[in-house]
Amino acid sequence: MPRLNAGTRHVVRFTLNGRPAAFEVEPRMLLTDALRHLLGATGTHVGCEHGVCGCCTVLIDGMPARACLTLAVQAEGCEIRTIEGLAPSPARLSILQAAFRRHHALQCGFCTAGILMSLEAFLATRPDPSAEELREVLSGHLCRCTGYAPMIAAALEAAAKLREDAVHV
Amino acid sequence: MLAQQGKWIGQSVERVEDAALLNGRGRFIDDLGAKPGTLHAAILRSPHAHADIVSIDTAAARASPGVAAVITAAELADITAPLVAGVRAPIETRPIAVERVRYVGEPVAVVVAADRYLAEDALDFIEVSYKPRPTVIDPLAALAADAPVLHEGLGSNLVSERHFTYGDPERAFASAPHRVSVSVRYPRNTGSPMETYGVIAEYDPHEGAYDILANFQGPFSIHAVMARALKVSGNKLRLRLPPNSGGSFGVKQGVAPYAVLIAAAARIVGRPVKWIEDRLEHLSASVSATSRVTTLSAAVENDGRIVALDWDQIEDCGAYLRAPEPATLYRMHGNLNGAYDIRHIRVRNRVVLTNKIPSGLVRGFGGPQVYYALERLMQRIAVTLKLDPLDVIRRNLIPAGAFPYRTASGALYDSGDYARAVALAVEKGGLDDLRRRRDEARAAGRLYGIGYAAVVEPSVSNMGYITTVLTAEERRRAGPKNGAQATATITLDPLGSVTVKVASAPQGQGHRTVLAQVVADVFGLSKDEIQVSTELDTAKDAWSIASGNYSSRFAPAVAGAAHLAAVKLRSKLARIAAAQLNVRAEDLVFAGGKIFSRTNPDAALPFARVAATSHWAPATVPDDAKDALSETLFWTPPELTAPTDADAINSSLCHGFIFDFCGVEVDRVTGKVRIDRYVTMHDCGRVLHPGMVEGQIRGGFAQALGAALYEELAYREDGAFLAGTFADYLLPTATEVPDITILHMESPSPFTPLGAKGVGEGNCMSTPVCIANAVADALGAEAIDLPLTPAKLAALVHGEEPTPPRDMFKPRVSKPGERRIIGAGETRVRAAPELVWKMLLDTDVLASVIPGAHGVKKLSETRFLADVTLGVGPVKGRYKAEIALSDLDAPKAARLSGSISGALGNGEGSGVVHLAPDAQGGTVISYTYEGAVGGKVAAIGDRLLDGAAKVVIGQFFAALARQIGAEEHRPGLMARLLARLLALFGVRR
Ligand code: FES
Ligand code: FES
Repeated sequence: MPRLNAGTRHVVRFTLNGRPAAFEVEPRMLLTDALRHLLGATGTHVGCEHGVCGCCTVLIDGMPARACLTLAVQAEGCEIRTIEGLAPSPARLSILQAAFRRHHALQCGFCTAGILMSLEAFLATRPDPSAEELREVLSGHLCRCTGYAPMIAAALEAAAKLREDAVHV
Repeated sequence: MLAQQGKWIGQSVERVEDAALLNGRGRFIDDLGAKPGTLHAAILRSPHAHADIVSIDTAAARASPGVAAVITAAELADITAPLVAGVRAPIETRPIAVERVRYVGEPVAVVVAADRYLAEDALDFIEVSYKPRPTVIDPLAALAADAPVLHEGLGSNLVSERHFTYGDPERAFASAPHRVSVSVRYPRNTGSPMETYGVIAEYDPHEGAYDILANFQGPFSIHAVMARALKVSGNKLRLRLPPNSGGSFGVKQGVAPYAVLIAAAARIVGRPVKWIEDRLEHLSASVSATSRVTTLSAAVENDGRIVALDWDQIEDCGAYLRAPEPATLYRMHGNLNGAYDIRHIRVRNRVVLTNKIPSGLVRGFGGPQVYYALERLMQRIAVTLKLDPLDVIRRNLIPAGAFPYRTASGALYDSGDYARAVALAVEKGGLDDLRRRRDEARAAGRLYGIGYAAVVEPSVSNMGYITTVLTAEERRRAGPKNGAQATATITLDPLGSVTVKVASAPQGQGHRTVLAQVVADVFGLSKDEIQVSTELDTAKDAWSIASGNYSSRFAPAVAGAAHLAAVKLRSKLARIAAAQLNVRAEDLVFAGGKIFSRTNPDAALPFARVAATSHWAPATVPDDAKDALSETLFWTPPELTAPTDADAINSSLCHGFIFDFCGVEVDRVTGKVRIDRYVTMHDCGRVLHPGMVEGQIRGGFAQALGAALYEELAYREDGAFLAGTFADYLLPTATEVPDITILHMESPSPFTPLGAKGVGEGNCMSTPVCIANAVADALGAEAIDLPLTPAKLAALVHGEEPTPPRDMFKPRVSKPGERRIIGAGETRVRAAPELVWKMLLDTDVLASVIPGAHGVKKLSETRFLADVTLGVGPVKGRYKAEIALSDLDAPKAARLSGSISGALGNGEGSGVVHLAPDAQGGTVISYTYEGAVGGKVAAIGDRLLDGAAKVVIGQFFAALARQIGAEEHRPGLMARLLARLLALFGVRR
């Protein structure tokens, strides 16, 4: 691991939602701050900055991670996915996103980005989840608006739809 | 009028808000770009619950890199004035502490710097010297004659006391065969939205005007409070709201004092200043619901009918009274009879101050406190008189034919059929089945109970209810206050498309979607053709003091105002179309994007064309349809009158009804509550969007579940704040929230334009007490207070756990603002005790093994001074530690005592180290420590703090063992190492 100097800025190069990206940061800068304020990727939210709420969840090399507990310099060479990269095209929602809208699985939408990222990663490895498993996944996130039930319904529906689509390909 | 069947209202259409939010394109306050040159603020907060500020030295902080200013009360004295509250009292409430702090988390200084990181760096360099004062946390203790007084001008901690009598309670109590009472303590909890507060403020010295962007939620009566606090007229305070807000649940009303603070800071530095609150700040110093001690008695007939109630409420508003407080206590004043027909009521209301976070709006606002007492009382009446609790509820319900029903204390219940709602819930919710389950569970020896709650949910607050806290004479002097102005503006543009603007300040409730539905129905358009803006700007938009998102007023009041504005505009458009088509306006129908004659559908015009007419050809418009360009409508219900001289107050316009029941099982061993089934029946009048109503109920239920079982903004008796992180203040997650059965009935409100009533707060009122009643039933418990934590319930099942014996230390009495840590451990090193002893007394060795030490200075043979950086959970800071060694018993034992202080907290404590030879020629080092930690660090929860203590002390010994391995020949370190570590955790004897 390279040694980084606390006082100086370091150029960090990585992939953000499939495109090359870079920022220049002090080693202490959090990934949340760098994504949001240096790159303008403000879809990743900060609810607690201590790793509990899950609002800041992004995918780092396919794995869900708390961006608030990740230093920006740790992004070096990684593939990072955020909420901004979820929709297939600007005017279309992904199957999971559309299911969330249909089931009113969001209200204020502040927790939503992190939850969608966790579910996206989970459904990729577990295409036929039970409601119980989804509850487990969601329990890594706090939502203060919805009471969670509509999210589980949405995720179940999205999983079914994704399986169907996979069969037809 | 041209009434027609609504096509959109009542449908669960997809929300217009969602596509952006689902793609991360919401625009929350921290997502909005700030102007170039914007500086960032960080706030230094009090680690003490109650202390005098002896001095504040900001020199080092000012010299810190990137710092533009360090602002304390002294700098703000000239440009700010106190924040006024709901009652006049000799209390100065300011956004920053002046000479004295009164709760943990109170702002003491603001650093404004080039970025947030630099601002937080500088916080560490501000040196504040405090002189702690005695603390009072318990509201009853605050009333004692010898209680420490928070505000000397007041002479005591009692801010307000009022007595009310409605009917003849005295006689009722004298003649009723039974008197049943409950005493309950409602705890402190909060809405804790996922997005914290945020403010971006700017001052224009040429205009003498402030521009504040804040995720405020209203009520906009607080705009007046802010303007006065900033010493400007209302029109010099432009308050803007961001397009999205990440939840509020009442809480974001409390951003107001911070808006004042940051705005004043912006004025001082001459640049825009931005501040985003962090979670620890939010939990410790945003807004809490009031805690309340209530004694409630009922005069009861043999059959369980209640003749009279006697309320004694002691409301704890925290360290300062902030507007609109003491409104929490009076919001329910018209409803103190709940859902029951009770004509005689006596009330004694007292408002007290304690060394806790000031209270404010939190979802349910007064309802949870009132219904916790009232519905616990209903259960107790049943138990006492050996009646079925459901029968007691049924016998007391207001009869269906009685609406509109005037309560004893003055509320006018608009509509309902409570008995039918209960009957429907019992039938459709499967109460019989639940009773069977209870019998089976009990037969199997399990602790199972059923609870009920019947609740009237008020919505659309009367701006005058707060004045019930004043006497009739005081009210006369102050002038009457009443009403609930709602407003909406509908604009037609030159292409004839429709835009709706409201002052509703949504925080995720989907107002834009519902307004599009409401207005589309009036104009016969598609909901997608209606554009809705909720981005309030007080400099440009229509608003009133009642604006905002509180008291569940959106559906009944704001949506209603939008409907009325649209209807008004439609009648003008009808006259324009009638003139063009040569038909009678009364015969015109608006549907499918067209305006056409009912009798001759060929006589038709496109809606957009008529809507654009007043732009393009005003001269062609008939006189009675002038200015069909834009319609701003204000609506206030006539039913919301000021309190009468007899203190009768119609505190809210609408009154929904909720009936809940649930079955719970309490684990005999752990005390954990499992909700077996929860049924909630709602009558919220006409439902405008079923999906959103369900969302409000589910979300409200989840919050209420948290309040019932997990959440408490806990304080230790000495004022230390104990719930500073989400690891301590536990919000329910998906695994805790059970699925619930939601049932509906619709009794439209005759008082609102659309027949809708509020629905957002009901479960926060009904659910906590419904669960508590079920738990009381399961355990046969008489007194039971929230939150119903496993520890509390296990104690009810098994009796209190004995406190573990402590042999090493005499228990110390904690000082205010402290938190105690106790621990012990053991480690082995290969060196003999004599060598270990020497190392312990060596400065260099100490310096190298104390975690986070930057340097150790030797003051004497047995006293050391160390500079350390330590992180506990999210709180990392630099501290100065002083360590002393005593009771030296070479090479067997020593006592280490120390104290530590830094910007983030302070601690002291002591530890004892024993060295004993082991069989291999090495040493067994065993240690115990006990300490107390205060300040910001103390707000970190037990798990984190104790865990961190263990880790750091463990690190110390591990490092020592390594050091001994590496330098077997160098003498003496352990003493210092230990001392510092222990000092960090407040170890001192
Ligand atoms: S912001 Fe990262 S977990 Fe809460
Ligand atoms: S939708 Fe608001 S926090 Fe989840």
